Amino acid sequence: MINSSSDNVKKLNSINRRMFITGSLKFFIMIGIVSRLFFLQVKENKKYLTLSDKNRIREWKLAPVRGEFHDYFGNVIAGNFEAYQLHVIPEQVEDFRYVIYRLKDLLELSDNEFKKVLKKKNEIKPWETLIVSDNLSWQKFSKINNHLYDLNGVKPVISISRNYPFKENFTHLIGYVSQANQDDIESTQAIKKNFVPGLKVGKIGLEKTFEEKLIGTNDIERYEVNAYGRRISQLEFQKGEKGKTLRLTIDTEVQKLANELLKDKAGSICVMDIYTGAVIAMHSSPSFDPNLFVFGISQDDWQLIRNDPMKPLVNKTLQGNYSPGSTIKPIVALSALENGIVNTSFTVRCTGKTEMYGQTYHCWKKKGHGYVSLRNAMKQSCDTYFYEVARKLGVDKLSETAKKFGLGEKVFGDLFDIEKKGLIPNTQWKKNALGKGWLLGETIITGIGQGYIQTTPIQLCLMTAQIANGGYKIYPHLIVDDKVKDQPIDKFTPLYKNSKNIKIVQDAIFGSTNEVMGTSYRSRIDNPKYQFAGKTGTAQVKKITEEERELDLKTFQIPYEQRDHALYVAFGPYKNPRYALSVIVEHGGNGSTTAAPMATKLFKLIIDRHKIRESLGNKKYLEI
Amino acid sequence: MYQHTRLTTNRFGFFQKFRNFDYILLICILLLGFISLATMYSTDGGEVKFHTKSHFTKLAVFTLMMLVMSFINIKYWFSIGYLAYVAVVGLLVGTYLFGITSSGSQRWINLYFINLQPSELMKIFIIVCLAKFFHRMKLENVNSIYTILTSLIIILLPMGLVIVQPDLGTAVLIAISGIAVLWFAGINYKYFIYTILGFIISLPFVIAFLKPYQKLRVLTFLNPDKDPLGAGYQIIQSKIAVGSGGIFGKGFLKGTQSYLEFLPEKHTDFIFTLFSEEFGFVGSAILLVIYAIIIYRIVAIGASSRSYFAKIFCYSFGAAIFVFITINMSMVLGLLPIVGSPLPIMSYGGSSMLATMIGFGIVMSARVHNQQMIA
Repeated sequence: MINSSSDNVKKLNSINRRMFITGSLKFFIMIGIVSRLFFLQVKENKKYLTLSDKNRIREWKLAPVRGEFHDYFGNVIAGNFEAYQLHVIPEQVEDFRYVIYRLKDLLELSDNEFKKVLKKKNEIKPWETLIVSDNLSWQKFSKINNHLYDLNGVKPVISISRNYPFKENFTHLIGYVSQANQDDIESTQAIKKNFVPGLKVGKIGLEKTFEEKLIGTNDIERYEVNAYGRRISQLEFQKGEKGKTLRLTIDTEVQKLANELLKDKAGSICVMDIYTGAVIAMHSSPSFDPNLFVFGISQDDWQLIRNDPMKPLVNKTLQGNYSPGSTIKPIVALSALENGIVNTSFTVRCTGKTEMYGQTYHCWKKKGHGYVSLRNAMKQSCDTYFYEVARKLGVDKLSETAKKFGLGEKVFGDLFDIEKKGLIPNTQWKKNALGKGWLLGETIITGIGQGYIQTTPIQLCLMTAQIANGGYKIYPHLIVDDKVKDQPIDKFTPLYKNSKNIKIVQDAIFGSTNEVMGTSYRSRIDNPKYQFAGKTGTAQVKKITEEERELDLKTFQIPYEQRDHALYVAFGPYKNPRYALSVIVEHGGNGSTTAAPMATKLFKLIIDRHKIRESLGNKKYLEI
Repeated sequence: MYQHTRLTTNRFGFFQKFRNFDYILLICILLLGFISLATMYSTDGGEVKFHTKSHFTKLAVFTLMMLVMSFINIKYWFSIGYLAYVAVVGLLVGTYLFGITSSGSQRWINLYFINLQPSELMKIFIIVCLAKFFHRMKLENVNSIYTILTSLIIILLPMGLVIVQPDLGTAVLIAISGIAVLWFAGINYKYFIYTILGFIISLPFVIAFLKPYQKLRVLTFLNPDKDPLGAGYQIIQSKIAVGSGGIFGKGFLKGTQSYLEFLPEKHTDFIFTLFSEEFGFVGSAILLVIYAIIIYRIVAIGASSRSYFAKIFCYSFGAAIFVFITINMSMVLGLLPIVGSPLPIMSYGGSSMLATMIGFGIVMSARVHNQQMIA
């Protein structure tokens, strides 16, 4: 008993000692757990709170609503429509293969389209939105909506998309939008800020230039989502702002006519208000349907556009460098008058050709014009006269006047990055650019708009406008609201030394259209309401050899690429001029037969529209 | 003599037993039960649904059972020690043979009225069994080879049966329960030190023998951010939930992590995460204090017990409960790799609660009969 009890005491001592050790250990471990809790919940609370919000709150940015383009009369020329789209975020789909094959069946995707979707999927990050289809028909869209229970992670989206109701009419002016690529995102801050997968941004034309104004801001939806990405409740909806709507100076009716006139031809038509500089129409032909690009152009369509020999992708109005041909003659005449080289009574005898510096220069009329004064020379477009005038004038003085009137520099400044400057040559230029001295023979052909000289159709239109308005500087523009603030102060500064000289040139151009023997006499309109004055031009695209000159082929007998460009510049109504235009038909043959008749049709419409345009402007003025 | 008179006068009358009750422990257990019910209600999304109802039923039945158990003399619990152990081993064998397979392991046995997880019961009955084994042993015999080998067999047999289920977590917890008894029984310190050293040295080899998913768990624990959507998901989400709770928590029924189903296993192993998210640091600390009081009371009851069996059982049970709590919390707080271990009383799961309540019942019985000697 004693033994046992002493053993008991020992046992008790042992167990109590060990209990004490255990108790202490428990105490420290407990402190450890509490401090861990403290660390997580108090010290690191912010971090985990953020993580928890990141878990539960998901933000959806919706594509912003793009600003529209309206013409002068408020017609929508680039608008928006609701497109039905299908988005999938691969990361949020449990069984991507199943879902995608299911979609393939439901949407009846072809193997090719399906491959494209899979390829796209491989290119994006798993948490980025994969756009399976960007423009579904309503039938398919509702079909998908009915099968949503089976398509976990698929999001049917109604998105606003671009629409160009006038199709090819405004393509070169407005441009088109298409899916933003990496370059777009990096180059434009506004795109980067508002980017959502499938965002369409301007690729060319005004759509590109005014991207920052047009793009608007995203709608932002914040949802509470559960672990499977299912939206539980909407926490917030931030309405984005629609992009700015831009009103253009363009008259759709005139633009449409321009398109019609140039149908199946390559060329350009621009029409401009000679006082305000407002561009009424600006068309480059052939054009293409910009709607094709909005959802990505198909390979076939693209090849068709790209390989068209008439080059629809080139905006000929701004990018086309053409020899102005005889349309430069008003400037040559004006320059000669201004510099006192010639006066109205100065005459030259035209025999059909003239020999200068051991070279023969031909007039377009083989038989010659006989003795011609400035007015007659302009009227009949006598080359010999202008050879002589140019020789006496010299290229440097000519280029000075030409530059004053807007040739040789960009008409729209920074508005279009594709715009070409053209080329107004002078002796200095040749030395710098080609490292050679100027030859006098080059001056002579410059006098009839051949040789180095190159102008764009819009430059010719501006030149004509500035002659028509009495010789005052104007700044062409396309956007109505920018009219006031963007116009530099030197607007309407006189470009002449003596306003009489302008009158002389205007009168000579009048003769060219409205008098017998005038080059565009056949295209005249006798009604003074529509009566206009214009100068034809025929620009050679290659040097005509002596044999060819002997053959004297008709236009249709010459291969297309070797035919002359047909040009026409004009302004009207003559009594009280208001509009100027330039017409260029590539390889159109002859200015007077191809280009001038278009001007007749244009002026009829332009002047009819003028009253409506004016009344709209006045009404607006009164309303303010 | 004084003792003798005490013994004879104390007849363990019914009202005397009531007076002997440890009310603090009882209140704490009931409080814990109430908290667990509220938390379960929250996991059901603020509605009384299956989990809440089922948890409530179990809680009520097992608490009642605990109270009934406490009126039964501690002598009786001593006497059934081996029998219970053998019975549970039998159940484990039964589980191995005809068990119900669920999520990859065969842990449950269908007893017609209840699906039981015998491995959970083993956590308690191994203590009862070993406590009985050491009860009458002289201290000098404790460190004999025979004793050590026998006790090791008693521990390893059920462990092996649980590992094959496979359920490493519960096997480890059973081992810990057993080792706790060995520790209090007075097995030489050096054995513990050798075991720990041996374990550390053999750890790389043990890992090599682990199943791929277990290996992944260990690796994930070491670097949960490696695969945040895969293996690391549970632990990352759990830490986010706890951390975002802050000082006062997000509020009852407002735990977004669990409500939006970011939390895995929120009814069972990760119940503390949900509680902690909704009640914050303060709530978690209060819960810990309740657990601490419970453990303290268990130990105190052990200290005041006259019989060695009651003492060693209480101490070991207290230590085991403490370890269960610690392991579960450390796991959800990212201090330990994920092992399946429920939080006593709080977690959903009948077997675990049954086992814990049996433990409490025996402790309570020890308290009520604290003057009872066991020959």
